Amino acid sequence: MDNQSLNLLDRALGFDQQSEPWSLSGRVVVIEDCVETSGSFVLHQLVKRSLAPNSSNVIIFVAFANSFSHYDRILRKLGCNLVAQMDNKRFIFFDMLMLRGPDGDQGRIGEGTLVSLYEKIQKKLSGLPGDKKNYVTIMIDDVSLMEVAANGASDFVLDFLHYCHALTSEFDCTLVTLNHEDIYSSMEGSTFMLQMEYLADILIKAEPLSTGLAADVHGQLTVLNKGTSHRLGSLGNKIQNFHFKVKENNVEYFYPGSRV
Amino acid sequence: MAETICRALRDGGLEGEHAPALTIKDSLVSPFGFDVFTHVLAQLSNYVLAGKSQSRGLVIVAFSRSPSFYVDLLKKKGIDVASSQKWVQILDCYTDPLGWKNWLNAKDLSEEASSLSKVWKDVRNLDKLYTSIIELGKGLVGQGNGRFSIAIDSVSEMVRHASISSVAGLLSNLRSHDRVSSIFWLLHSDLHEVRFTAVLEYLSSMVASIEPCTIGQRGDLENLSLLEQNFRKGKFHVRFKRRNGRVRIMCEELLLELSGIKFTSVSSEEEIINQRLLPKVQFNLQLSEKERTERAKVVLPFEHQGNGKPIQIYDGRRSLNENNDETGKLPTDEDTDKGQIIYFRDSDDEMPDSDEDPDDDLDI
Repeated sequence: MDNQSLNLLDRALGFDQQSEPWSLSGRVVVIEDCVETSGSFVLHQLVKRSLAPNSSNVIIFVAFANSFSHYDRILRKLGCNLVAQMDNKRFIFFDMLMLRGPDGDQGRIGEGTLVSLYEKIQKKLSGLPGDKKNYVTIMIDDVSLMEVAANGASDFVLDFLHYCHALTSEFDCTLVTLNHEDIYSSMEGSTFMLQMEYLADILIKAEPLSTGLAADVHGQLTVLNKGTSHRLGSLGNKIQNFHFKVKENNVEYFYPGSRV
Repeated sequence: MAETICRALRDGGLEGEHAPALTIKDSLVSPFGFDVFTHVLAQLSNYVLAGKSQSRGLVIVAFSRSPSFYVDLLKKKGIDVASSQKWVQILDCYTDPLGWKNWLNAKDLSEEASSLSKVWKDVRNLDKLYTSIIELGKGLVGQGNGRFSIAIDSVSEMVRHASISSVAGLLSNLRSHDRVSSIFWLLHSDLHEVRFTAVLEYLSSMVASIEPCTIGQRGDLENLSLLEQNFRKGKFHVRFKRRNGRVRIMCEELLLELSGIKFTSVSSEEEIINQRLLPKVQFNLQLSEKERTERAKVVLPFEHQGNGKPIQIYDGRRSLNENNDETGKLPTDEDTDKGQIIYFRDSDDEMPDSDEDPDDDLDI
């Protein structure tokens, strides 16, 4: 992979390491954002990175937040055609918006629905040819809406995430989730966010600048890369912080103060 | 000191006494609990395999990592897992804790470590879990008097599926079983109420808690360097409870290195600096208790004496009417023996002394 084309986020996620074809194998990435600073662009960047022509990754995308056309439009601007990738069977889309439709029992999902969602994911995974199994990324956008869909039963969601975690160690695939931190901030005794952070191997936080709004900087990202629990050996914990600016066709990342 | 813990677990318990139990607790600000857990696990495995320990076998109850992870980990540390002598068993509560896979009739694909592990599909039923752990252990050490050790990799995960009291009951039962030589478990303390952490600490004879070196606000990005420091090293406090009730606390520093975790004794820099900054002096820098009470008794001038009366200060701004009222009252006979200053403003034209009380800053 050409080192020049890597941005700060890619480096923080370890894509600059030549030793592995896909540095996120078997790892859990948790993206946390807040109302002021959306972290969904990180998700889009990861989709684009996974579906890059020189890799053979497969994405299983579980969408609670938006419809397919939404992601299709964004990714097209980033230079990635999701429809074509779908035909290539490299992008598998689960539209969970329909689950909350107004009619009948489908409106409420509980443990059973999450189990069947898990079943679908697992079937897709085991159905893949052997050489692709190890390069699968499961993406969930987003966990808080999954919790809403599960009628606020965060335990079911955690069980589901645990089973997804089990998949990552079984198939060496990647789990990427997006969640909103501020939803849980004022809740007394809510440990949901902490549970997710314990689950994470890589934690990406998107936050507004502490100094207030700025025209040229849209926010800051903090990437905490826990190298320890990875089975391929300890890489040491790494923490990085940088600013970003979301543009129409790409995102610029830069260290604080490196721009005039 | 980490050595001391491992030795205590190695030596096991006496006949008719509870097995030594270790709680390892950490939190997100200093998340080294799992590293400490694996360190203790590897040490104890070494002892068991070399036949130096009281226990002849080890049962790992895996909640947060897959059995293959533990097999790889032990192999990487140079410990012979697949030796002819069977000494380790993993109860797999990770792959299918709630029986979803069973329910879906999916094939179990993780056969890799199956000779060493047993899949457990119902973590909610702690009674059965208890019998299963004991059976696995007995399977390792045979029917004689042999004992075995137990490692539980996440009590936090256990509590998510069962009540606090039943989990505490399970741990207590395991600890008091006469075939159990030692037991240790990992706990993420920030996920639980304080009382649950306390319950587990009462159950254990040793508590190893991992705390950040420097305390900052969680998620405080201003202190990035501080945060980074906390992800490289931490403080390692161990509390030993002796049989006679004596409690000893020891402290070490814990450093995360590429090769694993390392413990160094605290000759902490802060202490050295403190010693240098405080020279030996001839006079006291601190007051004694007696001196402090005496100092408190001194009445300072201009201080409220606190006799309960409202404090009235004439600032020369009262209206004439009020003055007129008071003139009717003031020159009474009872008051004549008291010293008084009676002051009448000459006229309303005369301005008060000032708009501000000049002694505003004094606490009169």
